[in-house]
Amino acid sequence: MTTTSAAPGAATPPAGAPLLEVRDVRKHFPGRSAGLFGRRGNPVKAVDGVSFALHQGETLGLVGESGCGKSTTGRVIAKLIEPTSGSIRFQGKEIADLSTGQMRPLRREVQMIFQDPYSSLNPRHTIGTIVGSPFRIQGAHPEGGIKKAVQGLMERVGLNPEHYNRYPHEFSGGQRQRIGIARALALRPQLIVCDEPVSALDVSVQAQVVNLLEDLQNEFGLAYVFIAHDLSVVRHISDRVAVMYLGKIMEITDRDTLYEAPMHPYTHALLSAVPIPDPTVEARRERILLTGDLPSPSNPPSGCVFHTRCPKYRDQLSDGERERCRTEEPVLEDKRPGQSVYCHFAEVRSDIIDGEAPAPRSTGIREVIRKTAAGAPGTGIE
Amino acid sequence: MASTTPAPAVATARDAELFLSVEDLKVHFPTEDGLVKSVDGLSFELRRGEILGIVGESGSGKSVTAQAILGLHKGSRARISGHIWLDGRDLVPLSDEEMRGVRGSEIAMIFQDPLSSLHPFYTIGDQIAEAYRVHNKVSAREARARTIEMLEKVGIPNAPGRVDDYPHQFSGGMRQRAMIAMALICQPKLLIADEPTTALDVTVQAQILELIKDLRDELNSAVILITHDLGVVAETCDHVVVMYGGQCVEKGSVDDVFELPEMPYTWGLLGSMPRMDRVRQERLTPIPGQPPSLINVPTGCVFNTRCRFSDHVEGRRCFTEHPQLLPTAPGHEVRCHIEPEERRRLFELEIKPKL
Amino acid sequence: MIRFILVRFAGMILVVFIVSVLTFGIFQLAPLLSHTSPVYYYTGKVPYPPGSPQLQALIHRFGFDQPIPVQYWQFLTGIFGKTITDGTSAPVQCPFPCFGYSFRQNDLVSTLIGNAWPVTLSLCIGAAILWLVGGVLVGTFSGLKPGSFVDRAGMTGALAAVSLPIFFTGPVLLLLFVYTLGWLPGTGYVPLTTDPLGWFESMLLPWVSLAFIFAALYARLTRSNMIETMGEDYIRTARAKGLDRRTIVVKHGLRAALTPIVTIFGIDFGTLIGSTVITESVFNLRGLGYLSIQSVRQQDLPVILGVTIVAAVALVIANFIVDVLYAVIDPRVTV
Repeated sequence: MTTTSAAPGAATPPAGAPLLEVRDVRKHFPGRSAGLFGRRGNPVKAVDGVSFALHQGETLGLVGESGCGKSTTGRVIAKLIEPTSGSIRFQGKEIADLSTGQMRPLRREVQMIFQDPYSSLNPRHTIGTIVGSPFRIQGAHPEGGIKKAVQGLMERVGLNPEHYNRYPHEFSGGQRQRIGIARALALRPQLIVCDEPVSALDVSVQAQVVNLLEDLQNEFGLAYVFIAHDLSVVRHISDRVAVMYLGKIMEITDRDTLYEAPMHPYTHALLSAVPIPDPTVEARRERILLTGDLPSPSNPPSGCVFHTRCPKYRDQLSDGERERCRTEEPVLEDKRPGQSVYCHFAEVRSDIIDGEAPAPRSTGIREVIRKTAAGAPGTGIE
Repeated sequence: MASTTPAPAVATARDAELFLSVEDLKVHFPTEDGLVKSVDGLSFELRRGEILGIVGESGSGKSVTAQAILGLHKGSRARISGHIWLDGRDLVPLSDEEMRGVRGSEIAMIFQDPLSSLHPFYTIGDQIAEAYRVHNKVSAREARARTIEMLEKVGIPNAPGRVDDYPHQFSGGMRQRAMIAMALICQPKLLIADEPTTALDVTVQAQILELIKDLRDELNSAVILITHDLGVVAETCDHVVVMYGGQCVEKGSVDDVFELPEMPYTWGLLGSMPRMDRVRQERLTPIPGQPPSLINVPTGCVFNTRCRFSDHVEGRRCFTEHPQLLPTAPGHEVRCHIEPEERRRLFELEIKPKL
Repeated sequence: MIRFILVRFAGMILVVFIVSVLTFGIFQLAPLLSHTSPVYYYTGKVPYPPGSPQLQALIHRFGFDQPIPVQYWQFLTGIFGKTITDGTSAPVQCPFPCFGYSFRQNDLVSTLIGNAWPVTLSLCIGAAILWLVGGVLVGTFSGLKPGSFVDRAGMTGALAAVSLPIFFTGPVLLLLFVYTLGWLPGTGYVPLTTDPLGWFESMLLPWVSLAFIFAALYARLTRSNMIETMGEDYIRTARAKGLDRRTIVVKHGLRAALTPIVTIFGIDFGTLIGSTVITESVFNLRGLGYLSIQSVRQQDLPVILGVTIVAAVALVIANFIVDVLYAVIDPRVTV
């Protein structure tokens, strides 16, 4: 994938330099070696040329099926694993090739929250120790001592500070995720990479944690990279959303555009598959079913990586157009202002979620987007 | 969404129309800490060709209910009472050995995680054929042919070539298809699907739900779909039972319950999930607190510790008197002390605008 | 699969090579630490005082004056056969596998080992069968109903067995069955080829006492594996299919529960070949363990080296077989 001049998908970039700028990042894992002296297999292209930018206080949602590379992308950004190539600029500073030692001062700025709050907490340590560990690791001495700071954090994320000496198994799933959040928050980071933070939680508890994350964002000006497979939660929390498939970004744009006027056939399929808790809406929606399995990331299809499962390729394109999909790889580029799409035949569809193109509602920016969207339903932008 | 008019709730189990009827089912587990009342007085009915959704959060008793219907608690320390009428026969008093003939042939079940639910050391084909040969006296060759036929029916491409694959060689969606093939190979009258799509991607979930609906149409089976996702219920089911703390707190046709839910817990569930089809809310409305302990179930209403509306009931009845599951409209039952008119008013005024 | 076997085989050769280097190193190091010449340990005879020309001649004859790598090379190639002579008696042909000549026992090391290994192998194989069958049976029944009477009895027995050492159980068994009841003949090895029944009678008590400890360990291991396996989702699936209990336990449960035991068994068995010293001593069996303890006492270095390498090879082969077996049992192991 080639890098576009501006950060893709940013229509009107907020003023100021981005907090995080990711350019053409790749992470290839070595293929399985065959035999003692055998040749290496093809590398697994978990992340294959991902670019985006993130501003302070902003949330970027990363969505896609399992195996699309969204989690690996998150780990590369948090520098838990080293990228194979590409540039990661944090506060204008290149961090892609920093060593562990050089990264240390930056670690306090970038934190991570994981899906399974239980396995990421050491069962033998008390909550006080766990939440306080970033202070000790970084050698930080918060005002009033570590214990006071930890209890403050616990209170802030909705835990009882008196439970300072309890162990993780004494807490419920939702409370454990709060512990994980408190730990991530300890050093006042600028950016938190959240990897499926609410997927393991019950709906009612999930809502509590989502609200907490939003409150903390407003309070501390945090930026989030929010990795999730639940598209409803991503819509709720994100400002912009990137849809990933086979290690590449298929479409990246602001939240409302993505959900109301998506252009990539994969986005269409993904959104159409999310069931909506309203039988009337469900009855009129069209479900775009994808056929076949995810191709192997070590041996991706030629041309457009999605063409083997693309409903549009299968049902709507002419032979000549299909030829193009098979041979020429699309570039992630602006098809409409602020909407970057990796597709030769991108086309707005606004009937995916409601089952019918919505009537205009009057609410500020949504209105504008709807008008742009309404101007183009059914017409190929290409 | 097609929906049959439900029969009156007082229908007897021997009613010819009813195919499955669960009456006052209780599943209690004695533990060192006390008696865990996982399911406490559950009743529902199901007809052939219908899909019933059982919704609830973890610990609500929905999976325990499913396993009780299949008799998987037999031989354990669980205390089970009530009736489970299947086609006029009560399954509760059956012994484990008698129940063995019912499992797989009359009732089949698929589970949440297809990878761990398949034996890692045997091929997919062997495991499916085994399910067929338990209940049918056929040769290995016939069982294999039938297995391939079933794999084709559930949409496994190149079934003859893949029947000898091991589970780890299948993708997640394929594995769940194989589980469905295994469950349906003896053409059971009742299929229980326990969170069949929770471990799967949303695109695969859509395929699997579509498959379950198609097979229901083809075999005219009854299906119980257990899920925590109200979206899945709205998409797939005809009727729904909402469970909380081991009890049914609301049940009815999917259209009725989603159009006018009346139990504050159902409101809470709907309010806490973000919805793609509505204007984005600034904040979600979570249900405060945690689900109740099933050992010390609160006196009064099981939801009273988390309910925001108990002040709409005179006195402290929510905390003293256990509400009955009462009909509020034909086929729609709710367990709540708030007067029906007041519930509808609250939903229209306070809940619906925030969904 | 063939490539998998070849790779494992190459690894096996490598391990044996490293073992040979290490043992050879000990061979060099031991005389150095006691400030004598290797020739003393090698011949076991000290006919000449240090520094005498006769000793020098002897050192030269056995090549101990050569650089160490050369000596190692000769040791290595010597395994494939050589002629040994001490210059006084008639030269001895030493065919493959040649580990040299024991001047203390006046025999080829390979002959000594050759006489000893059938004893040890008989002991190990018989004991292994006993402890596998016993341990797995007790463990399975205990694991199927944890907390039941069967389970408690089995696990109490296992605890007792683990705490009873062979030098206690062995003599007690001997006292009871041989000296008091007279049901079995006395100690000593009867070769299988000459008298199968005598062989069986002579080995029965050694098998039982050696198997005791292992059976207890395997019972506990099987039990915990069984409890874990019977809680797996695929067992629930098997029940949901309507399978009968025996099929569920044997075909679905045991198959999975026993797989880790295969690994442990291979290592245990391989290790045992070189470490049955106590059992052999108690029952007066002239096996590898007996041979090695005897050579250690006599400082008979060539025999010690030979036994070490044989034991190492046995362990490596056992591991190799386990690896191959594992790949056959568990289809998820990539080969």
